[in-house]
Amino acid sequence: MALNFVISGPLRELAGNRGEVRIDRSASSLAEALPLLWAECPAFRDRVVTELGELRPHLNIFVDGENIRFLDGFSTAVRDGSEIVILPALSGG
Amino acid sequence: MLSDSERDRYARHLILPELGERGQLALKRGSVLIIGAGGLGSPAAMYLAAAGVGRIGLVDFDVVDASNLHRQLLYGSSDVGRPKLEAARERLLDINGEIAIELHPFALMSDNALELFAKYDVVIDGTDNFPTRYLVSDACTLAGKPNVYGSIFRFEGQVSVFDDTRGPCYRCLYPTPPPPALVPNCAEAGVLGVLPGIIGSLQANEAIKLIAGIGEPLIGRLLLFDALALRFREVRVTKQRHEPVTHLIDYEGFCNPMDINVKELAERIGRGDSLTLLDVREPHEWNAGHLDNALHIPMQQVPARVEEVPRDAEIIVYCRMGGRSARVQQFLQEQGFANVRNLAGGMLAWQRDVDPTMKVV
Repeated sequence: MALNFVISGPLRELAGNRGEVRIDRSASSLAEALPLLWAECPAFRDRVVTELGELRPHLNIFVDGENIRFLDGFSTAVRDGSEIVILPALSGG
Repeated sequence: MLSDSERDRYARHLILPELGERGQLALKRGSVLIIGAGGLGSPAAMYLAAAGVGRIGLVDFDVVDASNLHRQLLYGSSDVGRPKLEAARERLLDINGEIAIELHPFALMSDNALELFAKYDVVIDGTDNFPTRYLVSDACTLAGKPNVYGSIFRFEGQVSVFDDTRGPCYRCLYPTPPPPALVPNCAEAGVLGVLPGIIGSLQANEAIKLIAGIGEPLIGRLLLFDALALRFREVRVTKQRHEPVTHLIDYEGFCNPMDINVKELAERIGRGDSLTLLDVREPHEWNAGHLDNALHIPMQQVPARVEEVPRDAEIIVYCRMGGRSARVQQFLQEQGFANVRNLAGGMLAWQRDVDPTMKVV
Protein backbone atom coordinates (compact mmCIF):
# COMPACT_ATOMS: atom_id res chain seq x y z
CA MET A 1 0.00 0.00 0.00
CA ALA A 2 1.40 3.40 -0.89
CA LEU A 3 0.45 6.99 -1.54
CA ASN A 4 2.47 9.26 -3.79
CA PHE A 5 2.49 12.96 -2.94
CA VAL A 6 3.69 15.20 -5.77
CA ILE A 7 5.18 18.40 -4.41
CA SER A 8 5.45 21.46 -6.61
CA GLY A 9 7.06 24.88 -6.69
CA PRO A 10 8.34 26.59 -3.55
CA LEU A 11 6.67 23.87 -1.44
CA ARG A 12 9.48 21.49 -2.42
CA GLU A 13 11.81 23.23 0.02
CA LEU A 14 9.58 21.96 2.83
CA ALA A 15 10.03 18.39 1.60
CA GLY A 16 13.82 18.46 1.46
CA ASN A 17 13.68 19.56 -2.19
CA ARG A 18 11.90 16.37 -3.15
CA GLY A 19 9.41 16.50 -5.98
CA GLU A 20 7.70 13.33 -4.86
CA VAL A 21 7.17 11.90 -1.39
CA ARG A 22 6.10 8.26 -1.37
CA ILE A 23 4.51 7.05 1.83
CA ASP A 24 4.04 3.32 2.30
CA ARG A 25 0.83 3.54 4.22
CA SER A 26 -2.81 3.33 3.31
CA ALA A 27 -5.61 5.82 3.73
CA SER A 28 -9.21 5.90 2.63
CA SER A 29 -9.60 9.67 2.32
CA LEU A 30 -7.47 12.73 1.80
CA ALA A 31 -8.21 13.71 5.40
CA GLU A 32 -6.47 10.49 6.47
CA ALA A 33 -3.69 10.79 3.92
CA LEU A 34 -2.53 14.35 4.59
CA PRO A 35 -1.47 13.77 8.24
CA LEU A 36 0.87 11.07 6.90
CA LEU A 37 2.56 13.79 4.85
CA TRP A 38 2.60 16.20 7.80
CA ALA A 39 4.37 13.52 9.84
CA GLU A 40 7.01 13.10 7.13
CA CYS A 41 7.39 16.86 6.45
CA PRO A 42 6.22 18.77 9.55
CA ALA A 43 6.60 22.25 8.04
CA PHE A 44 4.07 21.42 5.37
CA ARG A 45 0.84 21.62 7.28
CA ASP A 46 0.77 25.35 7.96
CA ARG A 47 1.63 26.17 4.36
CA VAL A 48 -1.18 24.03 2.99
CA VAL A 49 -4.07 24.50 5.41
CA THR A 50 -5.31 27.51 7.40
CA GLU A 51 -5.70 27.73 11.17
CA LEU A 52 -9.27 26.56 10.58
CA GLY A 53 -8.02 23.49 8.78
CA GLU A 54 -9.19 24.64 5.34
CA LEU A 55 -7.13 24.41 2.18
CA ARG A 56 -5.31 27.68 1.60
CA PRO A 57 -7.11 29.48 -1.23
CA HIS A 58 -4.06 29.98 -3.47
CA LEU A 59 -3.33 26.22 -3.57
CA ASN A 60 -4.98 23.34 -5.37
CA ILE A 61 -4.87 19.66 -4.48
CA PHE A 62 -5.52 17.06 -7.15
CA VAL A 63 -6.21 13.41 -6.41
CA ASP A 64 -5.49 11.29 -9.47
CA GLY A 65 -5.76 14.34 -11.70
CA GLU A 66 -9.02 15.72 -10.30
CA ASN A 67 -9.28 18.91 -8.25
CA ILE A 68 -10.61 18.15 -4.76
CA ARG A 69 -12.61 21.40 -4.84
CA PHE A 70 -14.87 19.64 -7.36
CA LEU A 71 -14.81 16.31 -5.54
CA ASP A 72 -15.43 16.02 -1.81
CA GLY A 73 -12.72 18.32 -0.49
CA PHE A 74 -10.71 16.66 2.25
CA SER A 75 -13.28 13.83 2.29
CA THR A 76 -12.23 12.88 -1.24
CA ALA A 77 -11.50 9.16 -1.44
CA VAL A 78 -7.94 7.98 -2.07
CA ARG A 79 -6.91 4.46 -2.99
CA ASP A 80 -3.74 2.42 -2.99
CA GLY A 81 -1.34 4.08 -5.41
CA SER A 82 -3.20 7.38 -5.55
CA GLU A 83 -1.22 10.36 -6.76
CA ILE A 84 -1.89 13.48 -4.71
CA VAL A 85 -0.59 16.67 -6.35
CA ILE A 86 -0.25 19.75 -4.13
CA LEU A 87 -0.03 22.63 -6.54
CA PRO A 88 0.77 26.30 -6.04
CA ALA A 89 0.74 28.81 -8.88
CA LEU A 90 4.14 29.51 -10.42
CA SER A 91 4.95 32.98 -11.68
CA GLY A 92 8.30 32.66 -13.44
CA GLY A 93 8.70 33.31 -17.14
CA MET B 1 -1.90 32.55 -51.70
CA LEU B 2 1.57 31.42 -50.78
CA SER B 3 4.50 32.76 -52.79
CA ASP B 4 7.10 30.44 -54.33
CA SER B 5 9.58 31.34 -51.60
CA GLU B 6 6.97 30.60 -48.93
CA ARG B 7 6.27 27.21 -50.54
CA ASP B 8 9.97 26.43 -50.27
CA ARG B 9 10.25 27.67 -46.72
CA TYR B 10 7.18 25.84 -45.42
CA ALA B 11 7.58 22.70 -47.55
CA ARG B 12 7.70 20.39 -44.53
CA HIS B 13 4.51 21.96 -43.19
CA LEU B 14 2.72 21.79 -46.52
CA ILE B 15 3.16 18.04 -46.83
CA LEU B 16 1.52 17.45 -43.45
CA PRO B 17 -2.05 16.49 -44.36
CA GLU B 18 -3.40 17.93 -41.10
CA LEU B 19 -1.84 21.33 -41.82
CA GLY B 20 -1.26 21.63 -45.56
CA GLU B 21 -1.79 24.82 -47.54
CA ARG B 22 -5.01 25.64 -45.69
CA GLY B 23 -3.24 25.57 -42.32
CA GLN B 24 -0.21 27.45 -43.58
CA LEU B 25 -2.41 30.19 -45.01
CA ALA B 26 -4.21 30.40 -41.66
CA LEU B 27 -0.84 30.88 -39.96
CA LYS B 28 0.11 33.54 -42.51
CA ARG B 29 -3.12 35.43 -41.80
CA GLY B 30 -2.82 34.81 -38.06
CA SER B 31 -1.37 36.95 -35.31
CA VAL B 32 0.02 36.28 -31.85
CA LEU B 33 0.80 38.72 -29.05
CA ILE B 34 3.58 37.55 -26.72
CA ILE B 35 3.66 39.17 -23.29
CA GLY B 36 7.24 39.09 -22.10
CA ALA B 37 10.25 38.55 -24.37
CA GLY B 38 12.18 36.53 -21.80
CA GLY B 39 12.65 32.84 -21.09
CA LEU B 40 9.24 31.71 -22.34
CA GLY B 41 8.82 34.44 -24.95
CA SER B 42 12.14 33.61 -26.63
CA PRO B 43 11.38 30.08 -27.90
CA ALA B 44 7.73 30.91 -28.44
CA ALA B 45 8.56 33.87 -30.67
CA MET B 46 11.28 32.03 -32.57
CA TYR B 47 9.13 28.99 -33.36
CA LEU B 48 6.12 31.12 -34.30
CA ALA B 49 8.30 33.22 -36.60
CA ALA B 50 9.80 30.12 -38.19
CA ALA B 51 6.33 28.58 -38.57
CA GLY B 52 5.16 31.58 -40.57
CA VAL B 53 2.71 33.26 -38.20
CA GLY B 54 2.10 36.42 -40.19
CA ARG B 55 2.17 38.97 -37.40
CA ILE B 56 3.90 38.63 -34.05
CA GLY B 57 3.64 41.32 -31.38
CA LEU B 58 6.08 41.50 -28.47
CA VAL B 59 5.50 43.35 -25.19
CA ASP B 60 8.57 44.02 -23.04
CA PHE B 61 10.38 47.09 -21.74
CA ASP B 62 13.54 45.47 -20.40
CA VAL B 63 17.12 45.52 -21.65
CA VAL B 64 19.22 42.41 -22.21
CA ASP B 65 21.23 41.43 -19.13
CA ALA B 66 24.11 38.94 -19.09
CA SER B 67 22.11 36.78 -16.65
CA ASN B 68 19.40 36.37 -19.33
CA LEU B 69 21.66 34.60 -21.79
CA HIS B 70 21.58 31.10 -20.26
CA ARG B 71 17.92 30.72 -21.25
CA GLN B 72 16.72 33.60 -23.45
CA LEU B 73 17.95 32.43 -26.83
CA LEU B 74 16.55 35.42 -28.68
CA TYR B 75 19.64 37.26 -27.49
CA GLY B 76 23.38 36.86 -27.87
CA SER B 77 26.34 38.16 -25.93
CA SER B 78 26.62 41.21 -28.17
CA ASP B 79 23.06 42.21 -27.24
CA VAL B 80 23.79 42.81 -23.54
CA GLY B 81 22.65 46.30 -22.65
CA ARG B 82 20.39 46.68 -25.71
CA PRO B 83 16.60 46.99 -25.48
CA LYS B 84 15.27 43.45 -25.73
CA LEU B 85 12.71 44.21 -28.38
CA GLU B 86 15.23 45.76 -30.78
CA ALA B 87 17.45 42.69 -30.53
CA ALA B 88 14.44 40.38 -30.75
CA ARG B 89 13.18 41.97 -33.96
CA GLU B 90 16.55 41.47 -35.65
CA ARG B 91 16.73 37.84 -34.60
CA LEU B 92 13.15 37.04 -35.60
CA LEU B 93 13.40 38.74 -38.99
CA ASP B 94 16.62 36.84 -39.59
CA ILE B 95 14.74 33.61 -38.94
CA ASN B 96 11.91 34.67 -41.23
CA GLY B 97 11.85 37.96 -43.12
CA GLU B 98 8.43 37.25 -44.63
CA ILE B 99 6.48 38.04 -41.46
CA ALA B 100 5.77 41.24 -39.53
CA ILE B 101 7.20 41.86 -36.05
CA GLU B 102 5.42 44.51 -34.00
CA LEU B 103 7.14 45.98 -30.97
CA HIS B 104 5.33 47.24 -27.89
CA PRO B 105 8.15 48.51 -25.66
CA PHE B 106 6.14 49.30 -22.55
CA ALA B 107 4.70 47.61 -19.50
CA LEU B 108 1.36 45.89 -20.01
CA MET B 109 -1.10 47.83 -17.85
CA SER B 110 -4.82 47.93 -17.23
CA ASP B 111 -5.13 51.05 -19.38
CA ASN B 112 -3.44 49.62 -22.48
CA ALA B 113 -4.14 45.87 -22.46
CA LEU B 114 -7.58 45.72 -24.08
CA GLU B 115 -6.69 47.95 -27.02
CA LEU B 116 -3.57 45.88 -27.62
CA PHE B 117 -5.22 42.47 -27.27
CA ALA B 118 -7.96 43.44 -29.75
CA LYS B 119 -5.37 43.50 -32.55
CA TYR B 120 -4.30 39.84 -32.15
CA ASP B 121 -5.85 36.38 -32.50
CA VAL B 122 -3.97 34.64 -29.67
CA VAL B 123 -2.13 35.88 -26.57
CA ILE B 124 0.85 34.06 -25.07
CA ASP B 125 1.51 34.69 -21.37
CA GLY B 126 5.25 34.64 -20.83
CA THR B 127 5.35 37.11 -17.97
CA ASP B 128 7.26 36.71 -14.72
CA ASN B 129 4.91 38.03 -12.06
CA PHE B 130 1.44 37.38 -10.68
CA PRO B 131 -0.11 40.84 -11.19
CA THR B 132 0.57 40.68 -14.93
CA ARG B 133 -0.68 37.09 -15.14
CA TYR B 134 -4.05 38.10 -13.66
CA LEU B 135 -4.10 41.14 -15.97
CA VAL B 136 -3.41 38.95 -19.03
CA SER B 137 -6.13 36.52 -17.99
CA ASP B 138 -8.78 39.17 -17.35
CA ALA B 139 -7.93 41.10 -20.53
CA CYS B 140 -8.18 37.87 -22.55
CA THR B 141 -11.56 37.14 -20.97
CA LEU B 142 -12.86 40.63 -21.77
CA ALA B 143 -11.39 40.60 -25.29
CA GLY B 144 -12.55 37.03 -25.99
CA LYS B 145 -9.02 35.83 -26.84
CA PRO B 146 -7.35 32.53 -25.94
CA ASN B 147 -4.56 32.82 -23.37
CA VAL B 148 -1.75 30.34 -23.94
CA TYR B 149 -0.35 30.15 -20.44
CA GLY B 150 3.08 28.99 -19.37
CA SER B 151 4.98 29.45 -16.13
CA ILE B 152 8.21 28.11 -14.69
CA PHE B 153 10.04 27.73 -11.40
CA ARG B 154 13.47 26.13 -10.96
CA PHE B 155 12.93 22.71 -12.62
CA GLU B 156 9.15 22.81 -13.09
CA GLY B 157 6.76 24.19 -15.63
CA GLN B 158 3.01 24.53 -16.12
CA VAL B 159 1.17 24.94 -19.43
CA SER B 160 -2.49 25.38 -20.29
CA VAL B 161 -4.79 27.15 -22.72
CA PHE B 162 -7.31 29.36 -20.96
CA ASP B 163 -10.25 30.43 -23.08
CA ASP B 164 -13.27 31.80 -21.30
CA THR B 165 -15.41 31.38 -24.42
CA ARG B 166 -15.14 27.60 -24.27
CA GLY B 167 -13.43 26.60 -21.03
CA PRO B 168 -11.87 27.78 -17.79
CA CYS B 169 -9.70 30.85 -17.35
CA TYR B 170 -6.67 31.41 -15.11
CA ARG B 171 -8.93 32.61 -12.28
CA CYS B 172 -10.85 29.33 -12.41
CA LEU B 173 -7.60 27.55 -11.48
CA TYR B 174 -6.11 30.20 -9.22
CA PRO B 175 -8.88 32.49 -7.93
CA THR B 176 -6.56 33.92 -5.26
CA PRO B 177 -2.94 35.01 -5.70
CA PRO B 178 -0.40 33.67 -3.20
CA PRO B 179 0.63 35.92 -0.30
CA PRO B 180 3.54 38.07 -1.55
CA ALA B 181 5.95 36.75 1.08
CA LEU B 182 5.50 33.22 -0.30
CA VAL B 183 6.51 34.28 -3.81
CA PRO B 184 10.24 33.65 -4.13
CA ASN B 185 12.52 36.33 -5.44
CA CYS B 186 13.21 35.42 -9.08
CA ALA B 187 16.96 35.93 -8.74
CA GLU B 188 17.13 33.78 -5.62
CA ALA B 189 14.91 31.00 -6.95
CA GLY B 190 16.95 30.28 -10.07
CA VAL B 191 15.81 28.37 -13.14
CA LEU B 192 17.26 25.60 -15.27
CA GLY B 193 18.13 27.28 -18.56
CA VAL B 194 16.58 24.68 -20.83
CA LEU B 195 13.27 24.66 -18.91
CA PRO B 196 11.70 27.76 -20.51
CA GLY B 197 12.85 26.38 -23.85
CA ILE B 198 10.61 23.36 -23.28
CA ILE B 199 7.64 25.22 -21.81
CA GLY B 200 7.81 28.14 -24.29
CA SER B 201 7.96 25.66 -27.18
CA LEU B 202 4.81 23.96 -25.86
CA GLN B 203 3.14 27.36 -25.79
CA ALA B 204 4.16 27.93 -29.43
CA ASN B 205 2.74 24.49 -30.26
CA GLU B 206 -0.62 25.41 -28.75
CA ALA B 207 -0.71 28.82 -30.45
CA ILE B 208 -0.01 27.20 -33.83
CA LYS B 209 -2.79 24.64 -33.28
CA LEU B 210 -5.28 27.33 -32.28
CA ILE B 211 -4.55 29.45 -35.34
CA ALA B 212 -4.44 26.56 -37.79
CA GLY B 213 -7.50 24.95 -36.20
CA ILE B 214 -5.86 21.54 -35.82
CA GLY B 215 -5.53 19.04 -33.01
CA GLU B 216 -6.90 19.17 -29.51
CA PRO B 217 -6.02 22.38 -27.65
CA LEU B 218 -4.87 22.17 -24.04
CA ILE B 219 -8.17 23.63 -22.80
CA GLY B 220 -9.47 22.41 -19.46
CA ARG B 221 -6.19 20.64 -18.81
CA LEU B 222 -3.08 21.80 -16.98
CA LEU B 223 0.15 20.15 -18.07
CA LEU B 224 2.79 19.86 -15.36
CA PHE B 225 6.41 19.26 -16.31
CA ASP B 226 9.18 18.16 -13.95
CA ALA B 227 12.60 18.40 -15.59
CA LEU B 228 14.43 16.54 -12.82
CA ALA B 229 12.15 13.50 -12.88
CA LEU B 230 11.55 14.08 -16.62
CA ARG B 231 7.86 13.53 -16.19
CA PHE B 232 4.76 15.13 -17.63
CA ARG B 233 1.50 15.03 -15.68
CA GLU B 234 -1.91 16.35 -16.53
CA VAL B 235 -4.64 17.55 -14.18
CA ARG B 236 -8.14 18.67 -15.04
CA VAL B 237 -9.09 22.36 -14.85
CA THR B 238 -12.78 23.03 -14.46
CA LYS B 239 -14.70 26.24 -15.02
CA GLN B 240 -15.31 27.62 -11.55
CA ARG B 241 -17.37 30.41 -10.08
CA HIS B 242 -15.16 33.34 -9.14
CA GLU B 243 -15.37 37.11 -9.02
CA PRO B 244 -16.93 38.06 -12.36
CA VAL B 245 -14.50 39.80 -14.71
CA THR B 246 -16.25 42.99 -15.84
CA HIS B 247 -13.33 45.39 -16.17
CA LEU B 248 -9.60 45.55 -15.54
CA ILE B 249 -8.51 46.44 -12.02
CA ASP B 250 -5.39 47.47 -10.07
CA TYR B 251 -3.53 44.15 -10.25
CA GLU B 252 -0.61 45.21 -8.05
CA GLY B 253 -3.11 46.05 -5.34
CA PHE B 254 -5.00 42.78 -5.95
CA CYS B 255 -1.87 40.66 -5.57
CA ASN B 256 -0.08 42.79 -3.00
CA PRO B 257 -2.59 44.62 -0.82
CA MET B 258 0.11 45.99 1.49
CA ASP B 259 2.19 47.37 -1.36
CA ILE B 260 2.76 50.98 -2.26
CA ASN B 261 3.56 51.90 -5.85
CA VAL B 262 6.45 54.17 -6.79
CA LYS B 263 4.29 57.07 -7.96
CA GLU B 264 2.32 57.09 -4.71
CA LEU B 265 5.59 56.97 -2.75
CA ALA B 266 7.04 59.85 -4.79
CA GLU B 267 3.92 61.93 -4.09
CA ARG B 268 4.07 61.19 -0.39
CA ILE B 269 7.78 62.03 -0.18
CA GLY B 270 7.03 65.24 -2.10
CA ARG B 271 4.31 66.13 0.40
CA GLY B 272 6.77 65.70 3.25
CA ASP B 273 4.87 62.79 4.85
CA SER B 274 6.64 61.17 7.78
CA LEU B 275 7.97 57.87 6.43
CA THR B 276 10.84 55.57 7.27
CA LEU B 277 12.38 54.25 4.07
CA LEU B 278 14.18 50.94 4.63
CA ASP B 279 16.59 49.80 1.91
CA VAL B 280 17.33 46.06 2.28
CA ARG B 281 19.68 45.64 -0.68
CA GLU B 282 23.33 44.67 -0.55
CA PRO B 283 25.99 47.39 0.00
CA HIS B 284 27.06 47.53 -3.65
CA GLU B 285 23.46 48.12 -4.70
CA TRP B 286 23.02 50.82 -2.06
CA ASN B 287 26.26 52.51 -3.11
CA ALA B 288 25.13 52.72 -6.74
CA GLY B 289 22.12 54.81 -5.73
CA HIS B 290 19.39 54.98 -3.10
CA LEU B 291 16.49 57.10 -1.89
CA ASP B 292 17.35 60.15 0.21
CA ASN B 293 17.23 59.68 3.97
CA ALA B 294 16.74 55.91 3.69
CA LEU B 295 17.87 53.52 6.40
CA HIS B 296 20.14 50.80 4.99
CA ILE B 297 20.02 47.29 6.47
CA PRO B 298 20.75 44.42 4.04
CA MET B 299 18.05 41.74 4.20
CA GLN B 300 20.20 39.14 5.94
CA GLN B 301 21.07 41.58 8.73
CA VAL B 302 17.52 42.70 9.49
CA PRO B 303 16.82 40.10 12.23
CA ALA B 304 19.98 41.09 14.14
CA ARG B 305 19.45 44.83 13.65
CA VAL B 306 15.70 45.04 14.03
CA GLU B 307 16.07 47.47 16.97
CA GLU B 308 17.31 50.10 14.51
CA VAL B 309 13.91 50.14 12.82
CA PRO B 310 11.53 52.61 14.51
CA ARG B 311 8.47 50.76 15.75
CA ASP B 312 5.96 53.59 15.60
CA ALA B 313 6.82 54.83 12.11
CA GLU B 314 5.18 54.02 8.78
CA ILE B 315 7.85 51.92 7.13
CA ILE B 316 8.36 51.54 3.40
CA VAL B 317 10.69 48.63 2.61
CA TYR B 318 12.35 48.51 -0.78
CA CYS B 319 14.88 46.49 -2.75
CA ARG B 320 15.70 46.11 -6.44
CA MET B 321 12.45 44.53 -7.63
CA GLY B 322 10.28 43.99 -4.56
CA GLY B 323 11.03 40.36 -3.67
CA ARG B 324 13.49 40.73 -0.81
CA SER B 325 11.54 43.67 0.59
CA ALA B 326 8.36 41.53 0.67
CA ARG B 327 10.16 39.03 2.88
CA VAL B 328 11.44 41.74 5.19
CA GLN B 329 7.93 43.21 5.27
CA GLN B 330 6.57 39.86 6.43
CA PHE B 331 9.35 39.48 9.00
CA LEU B 332 8.69 42.92 10.47
CA GLN B 333 4.95 42.25 10.59
CA GLU B 334 5.67 39.05 12.50
CA GLN B 335 7.79 41.10 14.91
CA GLY B 336 4.79 43.29 15.67
CA PHE B 337 5.48 46.24 13.38
CA ALA B 338 2.00 47.53 12.57
CA ASN B 339 2.53 49.65 9.48
CA VAL B 340 4.97 48.15 7.00
CA ARG B 341 4.48 48.51 3.27
CA ASN B 342 6.49 47.09 0.40
CA LEU B 343 7.55 49.24 -2.57
CA ALA B 344 6.06 47.42 -5.59
CA GLY B 345 8.61 46.86 -8.32
CA GLY B 346 11.42 48.27 -6.15
CA MET B 347 14.12 50.57 -7.46
CA LEU B 348 13.70 49.34 -11.02
CA ALA B 349 10.14 50.67 -11.01
CA TRP B 350 11.35 53.89 -9.35
CA GLN B 351 13.92 54.32 -12.12
CA ARG B 352 11.32 53.58 -14.81
CA ASP B 353 8.42 55.67 -13.52
CA VAL B 354 9.87 58.36 -11.24
CA ASP B 355 13.58 59.05 -11.65
CA PRO B 356 15.37 57.78 -14.78
CA THR B 357 18.68 59.08 -13.38
CA MET B 358 18.55 56.65 -10.42
CA LYS B 359 21.35 54.13 -10.88
CA VAL B 360 20.20 50.57 -10.15
CA VAL B 361 22.51 47.56 -10.24
